[in-house]
Formats: sequence, structure tokens, C-alpha cells
Amino acid sequence: MTKKNWNRREFIVSSALTASAVTVPRFAWARAPGEGRLVVIILRGALDGLAAVPPYGDPHYANARGVLALDKPGTTGGVLRLDATFGLHPALGFLHECYHAQQLTVVHAVSTAYRERSHFDGQDVLENGLRRPHEINSGWLNRALDSLSGAATRDAGIALGNNVPLMMRGPARVAAWSPSRLSDVDDDTLQRLADLYADDPVLSRRLADALANDAIATDASADRERVGKREQLAATLQAAAKFLVRREGPRVAVLETRGWDTHANQGADSGQLAQRLRVLDAALREFRFALQEVWEHTAVLLVTEFGRTVAVNGTRGTDHGTGAAAFLAGGAVRGGRTIADWPGLGPKALYQGRDLTPTLDLRAVLKGVLAEQLGVSANVLEREVFTDSRPVAPLRDLIRV
Amino acid sequence: MAPSAAGAANRFGFGARPTDLRSIGSDPIGWLDQQLNGDAPGVGAVGLQSSSQVLMQVLQRKQSQRAATPGQPLQKLGQLYRPIYLAEAQARLRSAVESERPWIERLVHFWSNHFAVSADKLAVTGIAGAYEREAIRPHVLGSFTSMLLAVEQHPAMLLYLDNQRSIGPNSRAAALRLRRHSTAGRQPTRADINENLAREALELHTLGVGSGYTQTDVTTFAKVLTGWSVSGGPGDDLANAGRFEFRASWHEPGEKTVFGVRYRQDGLEQGLAVLHTLARHPATATHIATKLARHFVADEPPPGLVARLAHAFLDSDGDLPTVYRALLESEQTWSTEVGKFKTPTDYIVSAYRALQVTDGDERRSFATFELLGQRPWSPGSPAGWPDRTEDWDGAAALYKRVEWAAALAARLGSRRVAADLAPAVLGRRLSERTRLAIGRADSATQALTLLLASPDFMRRPA
Repeated sequence: MTKKNWNRREFIVSSALTASAVTVPRFAWARAPGEGRLVVIILRGALDGLAAVPPYGDPHYANARGVLALDKPGTTGGVLRLDATFGLHPALGFLHECYHAQQLTVVHAVSTAYRERSHFDGQDVLENGLRRPHEINSGWLNRALDSLSGAATRDAGIALGNNVPLMMRGPARVAAWSPSRLSDVDDDTLQRLADLYADDPVLSRRLADALANDAIATDASADRERVGKREQLAATLQAAAKFLVRREGPRVAVLETRGWDTHANQGADSGQLAQRLRVLDAALREFRFALQEVWEHTAVLLVTEFGRTVAVNGTRGTDHGTGAAAFLAGGAVRGGRTIADWPGLGPKALYQGRDLTPTLDLRAVLKGVLAEQLGVSANVLEREVFTDSRPVAPLRDLIRV
Repeated sequence: MAPSAAGAANRFGFGARPTDLRSIGSDPIGWLDQQLNGDAPGVGAVGLQSSSQVLMQVLQRKQSQRAATPGQPLQKLGQLYRPIYLAEAQARLRSAVESERPWIERLVHFWSNHFAVSADKLAVTGIAGAYEREAIRPHVLGSFTSMLLAVEQHPAMLLYLDNQRSIGPNSRAAALRLRRHSTAGRQPTRADINENLAREALELHTLGVGSGYTQTDVTTFAKVLTGWSVSGGPGDDLANAGRFEFRASWHEPGEKTVFGVRYRQDGLEQGLAVLHTLARHPATATHIATKLARHFVADEPPPGLVARLAHAFLDSDGDLPTVYRALLESEQTWSTEVGKFKTPTDYIVSAYRALQVTDGDERRSFATFELLGQRPWSPGSPAGWPDRTEDWDGAAALYKRVEWAAALAARLGSRRVAADLAPAVLGRRLSERTRLAIGRADSATQALTLLLASPDFMRRPA
């Protein structure tokens, strides 16, 4: 895109919207209070938390996991040690570095309030923030953003991908962006389209949002052409970084990655799941690099709908389970810790005799992150964001002050 | 609101070709109704292979490669599958673009998505198209039970949901495996079930989530389905390779209770009996009725309409044309004004129908679907593609359509007169604003872009 084009697009955007003219300041990002960034990555399909964060120190671990068990730390293909109980999957080298730099907190045996095993309902609860699926058509993150001052006049958050996931739907204005490989539409046609959409408020707003976002991440779009499917997550995170480093840019980004539903041939230190974890880890490493100093103010939260069965199934994979693992990484994180009230993997300790028993409500983590990283008040958290979660106390000190 | 020709063509079909609205005339319901007569049309393209032919090829290639260069890595499955997948996708596209019975094509897409497999999983890439032609298409004007049975026994579904190696822990095969391993002095690998197919068959294919089945029902149903596999393993009859195979020695023996019904029969019959019961369950009827009404009428369909469709389903024992006719004849179908946003597939096909073109060869049309966010047979999950407007009308998604429309118009603008095309394909649904914008456009290309990107064309008019 040419420079001239860029400016004219700004004009279109500001005429299509009454409130927000798009400005793209280029000065360096300096630390300012209340400007912490939050990135949420939804791992769809139910990541096996026992594979990603193996509790190698649990006396039942090797037996319970069978062919999926990883070797002890210090051996080839063995787990990367976190502490005497937990390690990380060997494919998660970057996250391991983060842990030792006090920039990663691992949460284990965690779950939403959902106790069935449907992906789709499980993801709905993960995103709506309530106790049951389909109770509300908005997401906890959007409701939290809606409460922040300034959310009305700028895009408080952005969803990277074709459409906005439920977590980011709701009253607050959010942007959406995804890479494209087509050439630009000429500005005159765009202007006419903006007029043509005047009677259709939804399309009208969508077009304005698209044009605003297109101007910002065009460089990332060019990067996208050179990358294969495997690096898609990395490319999407690169684009996210371009939005997040802008001082007036969105404070929150959401993206999703699929393919964690490892029912067959899951693999242990190598194989299908190891490969996915490696891609994720590498994408996060590049993301940190792209964020530069903004990484210091950023928290990246990785969540999944539920965990998987402890035992291997009949096809060397795992079926839908309950207790899961979550990750909180970034320069803003008070890391180097594992948070788990560990229930154990002994036969009697398992939930319904098959799954890791959840001992922590994920909303405790989410509440803590929203409070400390975005400054969402306790009152808003109780009344608007996680409406029926009073017994779930937020975890404290997740974020550096 | 009285049904309009443009409404019928867009809500139930893939949009109008320039002459369609004239032939639909003043009886849109009649036009839709008569499409339901007779068998579903086949896919016209020549040279497509059956799923068993494809799987047989895989098997033969594996064997010949092993024989030729032992120790060498096998040729990548993806290289074999990709051209097959692309040819299938192109054939499907052509069927939709050229169809004289576009409602039937929409129904094929609907059911294929209800019983979704995802070509993202390599094992399915080469047979996803064949699956739709073999298990879905022949049954869209038949009974739900026949479709369900065809789907759950199709290699694509068995491979996609990992049932092909699900083994009963108390089966003869499991006992044999234990003995063999202990003789060899190795730690035994336990033979066991995989519950993926059983769970999704209950949750997505039949009863629907929240209908009251338990984890025990899922596990037991998975045991019922042990042995439901695909032929082509060591010791199998090569002539049967790539077809459904019931492996009796893998089947978990004994009677079983699923969702409150006890099944005394054993073997293959047990699974068939469970599927027959599930297919006729009231929860299944409501689940299917809701999805059909959501797809063809509104994101949140009127409860009265859903109830009416569910009754039609139950009363007719799942005779699908009876259910479709109930949909056509219901006043609420036509009185609910929604303007659902077209899915990318609907949008692409309706543009091609309006313009009487495609994007060219199979690679280019595949790239179009990928770009607009709906690769053929690749919803990425067994739940299929979502079906509400908000799932598709994101800013980025909309903008890609605009870009694509502009590119298509740049190619065709000088040869298609948008001002004539607009009333021909949108009929009474062409808004004054769009008509004026087209009239005032500064070039033929811009006029066509505005038509394709107009709200009237992006949405399915009522």
C-alpha cells in the first residue's frame, strides 16, 4: 500500500464513523500506567495438560500415562524441569526460558465450571465466563473491556482471525483483522460502498472497522504470503504485535489455534502433539521479539476448554477429560511459579475414575489477570464479567506491580 | 410476507442465474416443492474415484514402495490426496453453480456439514468428497435413518473420528494381544476403546448436547461400536480394502444399555440397533428440526416452526422430504424476515451463478474458498461450520469479500452489465439504494463490484 493510499483510507474511515479518526502515531512505546497489554490464545480442541505440563514427580505419573509418559528431566526427550513435581514438554523450550526468567506462571488442575465433555459447550463456557453454556451471547473479555474508561472511543480489543470469537463479542467495540492476499480495492469504490452500506448498520460498521485495521497491519499481510500453513499462528501473532505496540492501539488481543483434539497417535516426546507444541512455542518466541519493549508490559494467557483423559485410549491418544493446564507468560507476569493444588494421579484421585480432578476454577485466574493487568474493579468482575462467580476468589499477585 | 422468487432462490438455493427468476415466476413454493421429487442428482464430473478406490490406491502404493525401497520413507499421503481433493472440490462447486435443482445442492451441503468430517485431518483429505457423494448425497431425499447408517459406516467418518482401531477391552483380540505380549516378555499394550465417534454421534449427529445422555452412555456406546472399522489391514481381503469392515474379534462382547435402552443382540447388529433407536428419538427430531430451521430461516428460529418440523420428522419416521415440505408450507418460514448473511460458500456460488462463470481451474477456485474462509470440507471440527450470521459477518471476512468481488469484477466488468444483471438476479429484493449506486458507478467494473458487495447480495433476502 502506498503512503497516499493510507491517508485517503483514514479519510474514509473517519467519514464512515462519526467518532473515531484513525491515527497511527509512530513514537516509541513508553511505559505508562494502565497500558498493560493482554493477549489471550484460545487452544481449541482440548490441550492435554498432562502432556504439556507433565507432573513427572507424581508417583503414579509413569503408570497412569503409559506410552504417553515422558522421561525424567535431564534425559534426551525428557521433561524440562520446573520444580520437583512439574516439568514442561520438551517442545516448549521458549516457555521454559520464560519460566526461569520469572516470566511464566503455569496453572494446573484447573477448569471452567463446565463438567461435561462436549468441545463446543466447553468452549462456550470458556468464553462466556459463566457456569453453563449458551447462557449469554457475549464473552467475559468483552464485558471486562466494556467497563474500562476509553473503551467507547477506541477499539479496546482486537480479534485476529476472520471472525470475532465469543470471548470478544459483546457491548465493547472491538476490531477484527485477518490476513488477505488480494490487491487493494480502489478508494473511490470503497467510498461508494461505505455510502451503499448506510442503511445496513452492521455492514457499515464492519467495513469501517476493516478499513481501519487494514491500514495498520498491511506489513504483516505481506509477511503472511511467504509463510506456510504451519507458521500461520506465528504470522497471526506477528500481526497482533503490530497492533499492540501502538500506543493508542488495542490493549487486548484474542486469537485462536485449533488441532489439540488428540484422540489418536498423540505421541510423547515426538509426534503429533509435540509438533503442535513446538509450533506454538516458536510462535511465542517470535511474538516476544516482535513486541520488543512492549513485551515487558504484556501478559499472554493460554487457555483450553478442558483437559484429556489421564490414561491412553485404545488408539494411542486421549479422550475428552476435565482438569487442564493454563499458561500465563510475558514480561508483565510475576512468573517462575507453578500454581496447583495437585490432586494426584492415583486411581482414587481421578475425577470419575478417568480425568485429572480440577482443584481450581479458571475464573480465579481470569479474575486475577483482569484485575491486575487491565485494572478491572472487583465490583465489575462480580457483577458484569463473571456474574455467578462470587465464591471464586481471584488469584493475587499474578502480575508484577 | 409473500414468498418471492428471489427469496426462494437465495434462501433455499444458491442464488439466481440471470434467467432463474423468470422461470420461478409467481410460484416460488411450487418451484422448490418440485425439486424434492425423484432421487437426488449425482455429481456430473467424470473420473472421480470412490472412497474405496482411493484407499485401495493408498494401500497398493504403500505395498509397492515397501517392496521397491525397503527402509525408504513412504511417499507422502498428502501428495496422493491433494489432486483428488481438488478435483472433488471442483466437481462440487460445478454441481452447485450449474444446478437446476439448487435446493437439493444446498441440502447436500447442509447434511454434509451436519455429519461433518474435516479434510484438515490427512486421513480424510482424499475421501472427504467421496464421502459426501456416497454417504450424504444419495440420502438427502431419503430417510434420516439411512443417512445416519451410511455415515457411521463410512470409512471417512470412521477414520475421522478414530473408530477404526477402537477395540473392546474384553474382546478376543484384546485377550490375544495380552497373551502375545506376555509370551514375548514385553509390557502389554492394553487394547481399548476410543470414544470419539460414539460421543460425537450422540452429541452432534443425533440426540444433541444437553439431551440427557451421560458419560456412561458415551463409553457404552463406544463399546457397542468397537470393531466398526475399515478394511485394508494385514490379513484383510484385499478385494474389500477401503470399505466398512466389522471386525467381530474386536467387538466388546455382551449386552449393553445405551440411553436407557438395553440391547441384547451382539456383534454388528447391536450398533445398528442403537443407531435405529437414536434416529427415531424425539431429541434427535428436535435437534435436526432446530438446525434446519436455523439454516434456512433464522439464527434463532421460531419455536413453533421447530416444533412443527420435529413433528413432521417423528410422524414420518425421519422421511426427509416430508420435513422439508413442512418447512416450505409453514407460514413462519416466510414471515420471518431475517436477511441472514451468506456463508462464504453461498456467497461464492451465488456470485458464480449470477455471472455464469467460475474462477477457472480447480486450484484457483480452491484458493477462493480458502481466502474467504471456508475451505471445502474443512470446518476443523466435527461440529461442522457454524451457522449463525455473527459467525460469518466479521469485519475482516466482509472486507475479503469486497476485495474478491472487486477482483472478479475487474476480470468481468466489461462483459457483464451490472444494471441489467441486478434486477435479473435480485428481482424485487433489489434495493433502491443499490440500484442507484450501480447506475452512478464510474465504470462497468465498479458497477459490478457494487452489485456483488451490496447488502442485497451479501445477505439472503427473505
